[in-house]
Amino acid sequence: MGEITLGQYYPTNSILHRLDPRVKFLGTLVYVVSLFLVRGPFGYAFCGAVLLVLIFLSKVPFLYVLRSLKPILFIMIITMAFNVFLTPGTILWRWGFLKITEEGIRMAVKMGIRLVFLVTGSSIMTLTTTPNSLTDGMESLFGFLRIFHVPVHEIAMMMSIALRFIPILTEETDKIRKAQIARGADFETGGFIKRMRAMIPLLVPLFVSAFRRANDLAMAMEARCYHGGSGRTRMKPLRYERRDVVAYAAMAAFLAICIVFSVTGL
Amino acid sequence: MSIIRASRLGFDYIKYNDESEDAEKVKAISDISFEIEKGDFIAVLGHNGSGKSTLAKHINALLVPTSGTMWIDGVNTAEEDELWKVRQKAGMVFQNPDNQIIGTVVDEDVAFGPENLGISTEDIWSRVDEALGKVGMLGFRDRSPNRLSGGQKQRVAIAGVVAMRPECIVLDEPTAMLDPNGRREVLEVIRELNKKEGVTVILITHYMEEVIFADRVFVMDSGEIALEGTPREIFSKVDELKKLRLTVPQVTELAHELRKAGVEIPEGILTIDELVDALCG
Ligand SMILES: Nc1ncnc2c1ncn2[C@@H]1O[C@H](COP(=O)(O)OP(=O)(O)OP(=O)(O)O)[C@@H](O)[C@H]1O
Ligand SMILES: [Mg+2]
Repeated sequence: MGEITLGQYYPTNSILHRLDPRVKFLGTLVYVVSLFLVRGPFGYAFCGAVLLVLIFLSKVPFLYVLRSLKPILFIMIITMAFNVFLTPGTILWRWGFLKITEEGIRMAVKMGIRLVFLVTGSSIMTLTTTPNSLTDGMESLFGFLRIFHVPVHEIAMMMSIALRFIPILTEETDKIRKAQIARGADFETGGFIKRMRAMIPLLVPLFVSAFRRANDLAMAMEARCYHGGSGRTRMKPLRYERRDVVAYAAMAAFLAICIVFSVTGL
Repeated sequence: MSIIRASRLGFDYIKYNDESEDAEKVKAISDISFEIEKGDFIAVLGHNGSGKSTLAKHINALLVPTSGTMWIDGVNTAEEDELWKVRQKAGMVFQNPDNQIIGTVVDEDVAFGPENLGISTEDIWSRVDEALGKVGMLGFRDRSPNRLSGGQKQRVAIAGVVAMRPECIVLDEPTAMLDPNGRREVLEVIRELNKKEGVTVILITHYMEEVIFADRVFVMDSGEIALEGTPREIFSKVDELKKLRLTVPQVTELAHELRKAGVEIPEGILTIDELVDALCG
């Protein structure tokens, strides 16, 4: 069975890969916010140009980046269609109750561009950051929530354990499925209800095994002196380097320019 | 001073029934006393449910005795303030390698224990390098554990314990899920740690071939140590072992049968070479 690539990490050795995960997370946030700030064609062109530069810097093949758009294609078409047909304004074309307006087209294009940029932009983060380092980054960024008694360390630990066990459980599901098929189980035919029914002999052993694994893992963690996040040191602590500071500066400049575009409406 | 000392150790599991409110007690260990010296290699045998894992978990303070006392390097495992000290001194390796590896990268997993001990980053790196070197897995440090063989995974798990610099390592059927090659790899690593580093080893196993290397063997039966002695002593008691529902190595059994049939050879033959010598010498 092939290894599933979670969060679609694409391993190359680019400057973006080496950036601190916190920088990339905040950068993505800034980019998304900026997409909703800019209004005019120049603003969008600017955001698009920045995106192209980022893709170039990431050394991830362009087509590979675009693949991240596949899952939202359907939603995008629906959204654009709604905008084209349902926005009131100057009518360009009408056929029965369907009408296309100038404002509608403009709106649809805007939405489309926003969605494409948004998804591509955030996939640059997931393409260049391992899920594990992303978890580390989030733990550090959201660390301040501890004062509100949010169990930040525990959540991060849960996420990284989930990341480790998803491939194992997927493989196990595959094994159980084959074992049940060998015993005459049928997962392929029948209606929705029948197929859901057929899942029961798959899910029950899977759950039993997952619980046993969880139990074993908890014991192994305790045996290795795990006692929560307090007093714990890290082998690979997050440390800001020069390039991270530079990246933050670039981010601030980008945001400033987007605000100018927003105010002027260009 | 002995590194592990148990005095009249007893342990009951408490089982809650679905229907009745009252809890049922399951006696897993009763009245065990023993001492293990530093640097010893101890093998523990026993059929399923004889209490081997329960005993192992006492050494690591995962379980605390219901009666009697367990000392690790002079520290009582029942004292809660000393819990982390006990677990650092006595590391534990479990049967299923997949269920004890926490990290998504090999070296990060080995670092998990030292990280919990609150050791500085530089020290963690040197300990991880050292531990991976000792189990021969340095070349795999950047790999995902999911892509390793069973034997390699188990060696990573051992490295994770070694990186905590324990005095003794308890291994609960570490080779049960491995193929013969993986079993050999893991056993070699364990013996090396015992010989070169002087780490006390307690190896729980179902494989008689692995027992041959031990200094002493404990045979458990219904929560008690039924037999104790050197591998040779233990394996000369073929009939008693059979009564305890254990098999002996094939050579040993053959030698035993030959002896019964009147061939003059000594009891407790452990290897093929020994049998050849005894027959032809
Ligand atoms: N969590 C538990 N709750 C209740 N009873 C338990 C529990 N774990 C073990 N037991 C019981 O305690 C006894 C000893 O179990 P233990 O797991 O120590 O045996 P073992 O020698 O390790 O067996 P195996 O060779 O199967 O690993 C058994 O009778 C078992 O049924
Ligand atoms: Mg056991």
